Amino acid sequence: MNKIRALTGGQASAFAMRQINPGVVPVYPITPQTPIVEFFAKYAAAGDVDSEVITVESEHSALSCAIGAAAAGVRAMTATSSQGLALMFEMLYIASGLRLPIVMSVANRSLSAPINIHCDHSDSLGVRSAGWVQIYCENPQEVYDSTLLAVRLAEGAQTPVMVLQDGFITSHCVEGVKILEDEIVTEYIGKYRSAYNLLNHEKPLTVNPTVPDSIYAEAKAEQEKAIKSVGDLFIAESQSLAELTGRPLKICEAYGTDDAEAILVVQSSMAGTVRSVVEDLRKKGLPVGLIKNRLYRPFPDKEISRLIGGCPVVGVIDRTAAFGEYPPLYSDVLASIYDKDIHPYMESYQLGLGGTDVRAEEIEAIFMNLLDEAKGLKASKNHGS
Amino acid sequence: MDLKKLAENNSYLAKGHRTCQGCAIPIIVRTALRALDSPAVIVCATGCLQVTTTPYPQTSWELPYMHSALENVGATAAGIEGANIFQQNKSGNIALKKSQKEIKIIAFGGDGATYDIGLQSLSAAFERGQNFLYLCYDNQAYMNTGVQRSSATPLGAWTTTSERGVNGKGKKEIRKSMTEIALAHKLPYIAQASPSHILDLYEKVKKALGIKGPKFINVLSPCPLGWKYSPELTVKLANLAVNTRFWPLFEAENGRVKITVPVENPLPLIEFLKPQGRFAHLFKDKNSEIIKSLEIGIEQDW
Amino acid sequence: MINGIIINNPGSTREEKTGKWRTGLKPEWSSDKCRHCAVCFHFCPENAIIFSREKMTGLDYDYCKGCGICVFECPFRALKMVRDN
Repeated sequence: MNKIRALTGGQASAFAMRQINPGVVPVYPITPQTPIVEFFAKYAAAGDVDSEVITVESEHSALSCAIGAAAAGVRAMTATSSQGLALMFEMLYIASGLRLPIVMSVANRSLSAPINIHCDHSDSLGVRSAGWVQIYCENPQEVYDSTLLAVRLAEGAQTPVMVLQDGFITSHCVEGVKILEDEIVTEYIGKYRSAYNLLNHEKPLTVNPTVPDSIYAEAKAEQEKAIKSVGDLFIAESQSLAELTGRPLKICEAYGTDDAEAILVVQSSMAGTVRSVVEDLRKKGLPVGLIKNRLYRPFPDKEISRLIGGCPVVGVIDRTAAFGEYPPLYSDVLASIYDKDIHPYMESYQLGLGGTDVRAEEIEAIFMNLLDEAKGLKASKNHGS
Repeated sequence: MDLKKLAENNSYLAKGHRTCQGCAIPIIVRTALRALDSPAVIVCATGCLQVTTTPYPQTSWELPYMHSALENVGATAAGIEGANIFQQNKSGNIALKKSQKEIKIIAFGGDGATYDIGLQSLSAAFERGQNFLYLCYDNQAYMNTGVQRSSATPLGAWTTTSERGVNGKGKKEIRKSMTEIALAHKLPYIAQASPSHILDLYEKVKKALGIKGPKFINVLSPCPLGWKYSPELTVKLANLAVNTRFWPLFEAENGRVKITVPVENPLPLIEFLKPQGRFAHLFKDKNSEIIKSLEIGIEQDW
Repeated sequence: MINGIIINNPGSTREEKTGKWRTGLKPEWSSDKCRHCAVCFHFCPENAIIFSREKMTGLDYDYCKGCGICVFECPFRALKMVRDN
């Protein structure tokens, strides 16, 4: 059905971008996303895309440029990581506030200081409230599929989307990626859809005016509604994409959760390690499970709650430091299940900071601890204490 | 072209905007937009112009207008230009209804957005050769937030962040020379204009719009509130700025500077300084050397 | 869906008659002294000088904020500030 290409995660992003053929692509380098913009620039020089590649002087300008282009009626895409994403902070809110369907690739890298170029999620988790859809990809295949999906989601809900992959771990590692034909992608993404067009001379628009309190609140309420709608839209669009690729992308992927006594919730490439440990422990008869969360914003509270179900012990792995607060993914999971009367014993783990290797042994030790806790809980229940 | 004929041209800016009494900005913007003869889009930085012309649900603008943030006019204009070029190259675009031609991009920013926070983005847009006209309305401080100093504020001027008192004599530093910065980028067209000289400003904008590449026009914008003077003097002060050589009117095509309004016998600088409350403290004896420094600076710039 | 982020009513500030900002004074025009030079037209920040087919015909008091620039700049003293009721 699909051809296979050996691509790194970064190449997969660039390849998908080539097929999407956006109108404007502002580029600025930062490790480890640089290969994405480099590959794209090569495509442009070779005439493989019609995109206007604009070499801006900062990531803030990269997103500003994309915002101008998206408002002016063309698809705009860019890529960044870490400090670049942080520098874009105000523009992320402006992009989502202006309801522009921009799609951005982010190669996750830790935030300074001290400076570290390796993978953690402090960058994207740090901007989780900016109103962008966030999709975490485990491997280059998912990066390719999700980037295409992202265009449909962005333009369907009129809200920007970021597609995340682990810096170096996914962005620089080669895997066989099944790709679609160019024409199929062109047909799948269709024509650019935007809520308004700046370059309308018949009825000129003023974009981004000064508004009073009630209007601001109204605009934000509409934005909240729009991003929430992406939950259902994701399912529908993923189905459409699966008809072409044969690979459905689920909002959450559950592995061994049906009868699990201990579950770990994790995002992105670390899920691969957790999955292999779950396989090994299950062979030994230990009831453990994995929930790999793909769609982080809007947070799939119902889906997560359903998959956790009656499992007595749940651990959540956040790939970030958390200063004086409960880590983001942990907090989201906890809030999601609490009001649905699901109250497992919860444990929070912060692993993989600054690119720290997370090995199977460590995950196994975590599962063993969680299982102990589950046993203890069962015992105290049985003894009625 | 004369003032009577010019009055017939559409200025694309409706009445009812919320600028202060005697504000020079609308004089500048209307005169500039009267030079338009093709579809255009306005990109505007946050500041006096944006806030006074787009009070939701009303807008003064009668052509496409986009505001993004304070410091990214250069980048935003680049994105719009990129979109326009892409649409022109790809057949069958429906976005450009009026014409398949290239649209003119005109960017407005105050001195804060231009000299300070937006300088990086603007410099990059210049360096990339973006095809747009950037017009700075230079009222010499961050006026929209209540008169704070910017790098465009002249030496000795009062602002709320360059106060006068025992330890303060107004701004301690000389003004940044945006002209020289623009010249260093080797732009095809750079000019300085004033709302006191309407036809000069109009001709400059008209010329700029006919040139391809990045164009920069810096226009002095007297501000009754921030410069502390009675509103009816706005045009007179702009005139004095020109005739004391404080604000020379020139244009530079591909780096060749030409004075467009010769000032053979400049008036003494104090004629320009005296009517402005922001310079009042300079007329106390101890501060006269500040005036001297200003005068020397003007000689050098000329 | 696009509430608050765009305004699709070009020129709608016309609905706000900023003439009410005047605080007691307004310019008065003497048509006999006027030479229709259009100087006041271009210097008025509010576009409140009514000028068409190369002739001034009056002032638009709905929008005149009373700044006094026109009075100050008129080369022929055809405008003067008077009490505004």
